[in-house]
Amino acid sequence: MAVESTPDLATQREANTSPLSLALRHTPLYQEHRKLGAKFVEFGGWEMPVLYSGVIDEHLCVRSAVGLFDVSHMGEIFVRGPRALDFLERMTTNTVSALVPGKAQYSLLLNEQGGVVDDIIIYLLAPEEYLICVNAANTDKDYEWLKAHQESEVELENASARFGQIAIQGPKARELFSRLLPNAAQPFTEAAFPAFTFRKEHFASGARSEELLIACTGYTGEDGFEVFCPAEFTPILWQALLTAGAELGVKPCGLGARDTLRLEACYPLHGHELTDDLPAISSNVGWVVKFKKATSFIGKDALLARKEQGLQHVLVGFEVVDRGIVREHARVLSENREVGWTSSGTKTPTLDKALGLAFVEPQYAAPGTELAAEVRGRLLKIRVASLPFYRRN
Amino acid sequence: MNTPKDCKYTREHEWAKAEADRVRIGITDYAQQELGDIVFVELPTVGKQVRKGEAFATVESVKAVSEVYAPLDGTVVEANESLADLPETLNKAPHADGWMIVIEPSDTAQLEELMESSEYDSFIEELAK
Repeated sequence: MAVESTPDLATQREANTSPLSLALRHTPLYQEHRKLGAKFVEFGGWEMPVLYSGVIDEHLCVRSAVGLFDVSHMGEIFVRGPRALDFLERMTTNTVSALVPGKAQYSLLLNEQGGVVDDIIIYLLAPEEYLICVNAANTDKDYEWLKAHQESEVELENASARFGQIAIQGPKARELFSRLLPNAAQPFTEAAFPAFTFRKEHFASGARSEELLIACTGYTGEDGFEVFCPAEFTPILWQALLTAGAELGVKPCGLGARDTLRLEACYPLHGHELTDDLPAISSNVGWVVKFKKATSFIGKDALLARKEQGLQHVLVGFEVVDRGIVREHARVLSENREVGWTSSGTKTPTLDKALGLAFVEPQYAAPGTELAAEVRGRLLKIRVASLPFYRRN
Repeated sequence: MNTPKDCKYTREHEWAKAEADRVRIGITDYAQQELGDIVFVELPTVGKQVRKGEAFATVESVKAVSEVYAPLDGTVVEANESLADLPETLNKAPHADGWMIVIEPSDTAQLEELMESSEYDSFIEELAK
């Protein structure tokens, strides 16, 4: 038996037959994962846990209770200074001026051609101080990109090594935080702590007390939080979260479940649905591309020209009609003509269906359209579905 | 790890069990653990020729696609159709209800080239190091 195709997160078989490269980077939680018996995978230059108890078990735990994810590999870049706002308006697609301190915003960094350098979350910490959370594999690229466009009165700091980050996701995430921080000034209710807001809280363990930045954001389609803390404090926080959540059924979850969860929620993954080469507006993220904002942003002219010409491909969801699973990089055909390709796909645990995302020519994008995907030389029937596949109640 | 003594083993984590003049074939307990949740199995049809060391089936977990290699040459006389609806059987009982195919071997001497259960146990112990 041997792994025939290894999607980005699926090299665990190989990890067992050949020792992982020593050059791979480890998060501050690496030893915690080892203690918990995680299986590891190489992801964007990092050796990360792909699963602990099993992808399906972890996925269902996040949908029904609460799961913890080590996302310390993600990058943190600070943008500070009197011209930080103007700089970010020019560098990103969403309206940065709409942010107030304590609010976060999903956005994109584009290149001149309108392709996606990265998808990011911007946090306004204080006037003239922004934190950008970026994808692990893109951290250095993003930092160089920002540096290359840096203006006077704008300071940039790649602080990725200073921070650990843990995602706490699921319907019981708020309850977990109420237990972890019973003396917090504000409750962890949806009314007091809505999506895309964040707050700072102190968390004490033994002699140590550290400031946590807790954001109501996530990548699973569930309610939940993402917490930034000092790197060396991350294991203490991780253990405290596992303890505080024990009665709630909390489980550590790996990148495998993170990927199936985000796919059900139809969140794009950079390198799959968002790439440096595809125009951002092809990828169902047009809602964060604000053509009408006051400041022009990098990539705007190219995207406007694209809109004028019409898009070559657009992102759709699909369900596999035949028996089988369609993963990324499969050719998509209509009456034997190639009309696109798949960017992600798996059998998803909550819905128990083989689902995926694909780029197809716009005339094939209507839900219900029947197409074929080529898997190991055979054509499987697929049907375009409406997005998202999963939406929480 | 369950390594029945009445089976022979490959370095690619398949087992082969002689049953009168036929051989039953599947993947090992170690293989199913490494693959994780198995969600799809594609088997050959009855009558198909399989060749030692060549892929005869595909097993998919949530995150990976794996090929399963024939431990010896032969002709498929039975395929475990129940795996199509219950692929998780491969995780639950890889040596029992999770068997994959039965073949009529072309050359039973090929069985002797495979590992004994004790050798396979040492082999996977080495892999774990």
